[in-house]
Amino acid sequence: MRWLPAINDFRDRLRAAQATESLADRFEQLAALSRCRLGFLETLALDRAVSHLDPGGVAGTARLRLALLASSTVDQLVPGLQVAGLRRKMLFQCHVAGFNQYRQELLDTQSSLHRFAPQIVLFSLSAREALGRIRLTDARADVDAAIGETVADIRGLWRHARDAFGATVIQQSFLNTSELVFGSFDRQVPGAPAQVVRRLNDQLAAAAAEERVMLLDIAQASERDGLDAWFDVSCWLQGKLEIAPAAAPLYGELAVRLIAAQRGLSKKCLVLDLDNTLWGGTVGDDGIEGIVLGAGSPTGEAHAALQHYAKLLQARGVILAICSKNDPRIAEEAFRDHPEMVLKWSDIACFVANWDPKPRNLELIAARLNLGLDGLVFLDDNPVERAAVRDALPMVAVPELPDDPAQYARTLADAGYFESVAYTDEDLRRNEQYLANASRDLERERSGSMDDFLQGLDMTAEYGLVTDADLPRVTQLINKTNQFNPTTRRYAPDEVRGFAHDPRYVALKFRLRDRFGDNGLVSAMILRSDPATPEVYEIDTWVMSCRVFGRQLESEALNVAAEAIRQRGGRVLRADYIPTARNAVVSDLYPNFGFQRADNTHAADGTVTWELALDQYDPRPTHIKRRSA
Amino acid sequence: MTDDELLTLFTATLRDVLGDDSVALSMVTRRQDVPNWDSFAYINFIAAIEMRLKIRFAVADVESFENVGAIVRRSQALLADKSS
Repeated sequence: MRWLPAINDFRDRLRAAQATESLADRFEQLAALSRCRLGFLETLALDRAVSHLDPGGVAGTARLRLALLASSTVDQLVPGLQVAGLRRKMLFQCHVAGFNQYRQELLDTQSSLHRFAPQIVLFSLSAREALGRIRLTDARADVDAAIGETVADIRGLWRHARDAFGATVIQQSFLNTSELVFGSFDRQVPGAPAQVVRRLNDQLAAAAAEERVMLLDIAQASERDGLDAWFDVSCWLQGKLEIAPAAAPLYGELAVRLIAAQRGLSKKCLVLDLDNTLWGGTVGDDGIEGIVLGAGSPTGEAHAALQHYAKLLQARGVILAICSKNDPRIAEEAFRDHPEMVLKWSDIACFVANWDPKPRNLELIAARLNLGLDGLVFLDDNPVERAAVRDALPMVAVPELPDDPAQYARTLADAGYFESVAYTDEDLRRNEQYLANASRDLERERSGSMDDFLQGLDMTAEYGLVTDADLPRVTQLINKTNQFNPTTRRYAPDEVRGFAHDPRYVALKFRLRDRFGDNGLVSAMILRSDPATPEVYEIDTWVMSCRVFGRQLESEALNVAAEAIRQRGGRVLRADYIPTARNAVVSDLYPNFGFQRADNTHAADGTVTWELALDQYDPRPTHIKRRSA
Repeated sequence: MTDDELLTLFTATLRDVLGDDSVALSMVTRRQDVPNWDSFAYINFIAAIEMRLKIRFAVADVESFENVGAIVRRSQALLADKSS
């Protein structure tokens, strides 16, 4: 379950949760653990902690009574079901019918199953019983008759469960563990076991659709994952476990997805990041023609494949939205004009591109679309953004993405956020409704929580003079940055080395750390003094990675620069803003810091020169702590 | 891995499987010496060890291990095969 984030302090957090007095708080902490990637043993431990919660329910969460009726050993599946439930704040009380006793327990009104009175009945049946009735040499008609009998028999069980308990019924498809007898030819032999199981599953699915029974298709899952991930012959031989303990957490997840879907708890809206998610590269820096998308490169095709998958989801009623840190104009242009875009502007119900924190933008998207935050899935390649959203908005589903974009679509699909047990006309119309209602052109909406957000990031800026070791990164920043780059001057490595060693220059670097990790060297500033006017320092170049926009690093950087200049006897800071197609984000950078226009003449290229008298400058307050490198 | 490291791993694993932190395994511990270590818990324990060490026991081994020491020795042999 690689879409769930890894956890390295599971034991400590479990202990902390178990020591928590308040049941409601303990429940929240256990639920948070259930949203991490857990192995079979961790699942056992978490299930045990859940079972010690108030059996009646916690904080309005009633326990759902779930009965497992099986023709193999299934006790190993219970912890996975419980933990998958917890992931959605559902608690189960499970009853496992005795090994192969499910018929008797269903029929005998005095049985423990009847006393339990399940609300959900899950049939986990092995194909072995049906296979026992069919010989390899049987003619197609005989095989079909036997399959028909088996399915009719199971249909009777469903009706019985429904009549006796009014229960929701889930039927697991048959795991196809049969060995091939002929080889590829098996598919043309009606009585070949592997072929019988395939036909059984087809008939079972058809019957389930007629009876409105939910199908838990582990046969399909085992085709995707490989049979070995699901079936361990050793466990079967030792204890008649048809589903391996290793597969139990995934089994629980797949089963509970159905239960959640039926209760309307599936996700409704997929919120997508743009740069390095929907396409490769950073459109603000690389330009529309520079992003990697579609035919021509395998990476571009991988991003296009994700778009195709999103489009399929959209076609079945999932709402699509965009949440990107970008210049809105550039982002929209790329979205509308790039020839390889699979998703079209009209597919997107809500398009948000700005420099605000993503948690806030997600709140905005949910409000605009009139959805609960728990209806959102947020897909972003950037681990810092993912962690920020998980932390601020735990109800938003945020899949962990592998580094390779080739795996994005599969990972999103495997996460099963949009599990559905029906497909209606309304699903098809949903997007039109949202598109009609939602305005895509969203204004920034500032709220009081901005300070809290920044404070909570626990940021530290590490600053210092550029050294030789920094040259590759600083040169790269200078030459790749198009957005936060007021002058867009490009320099070769030797030139940058020259600035670092020339006493007339001050070359500053900035790293930014926050509690999610180190963002690396993300900003650099080159200041130059003219020997004729040593009290004036000019900002020749100032670049900042768009990864850290909106974090107040620009304020902290200017504070550092002002100090450095003062120490050198400087009294005036001068800076040019040279407009380009991509640096509108810094058009008001200098006036916002209190710089005054140096003259009224307009250069032909629109360059504006700004000046700041340092004795008039008070350091800007920020939420960033500072450390000299 | 040393035998002691395997014993530590096995103890931690069985504690998880049984939900019993008082479990302490030695080379001579037999299944019947540990409360609740029934055949179902044994299957889960073996499966967890196999996952953790990325080894596979033969079913004949699994049904004939006379004590924990036998599981340790078989694990050592399988780990040695894997690395050779």
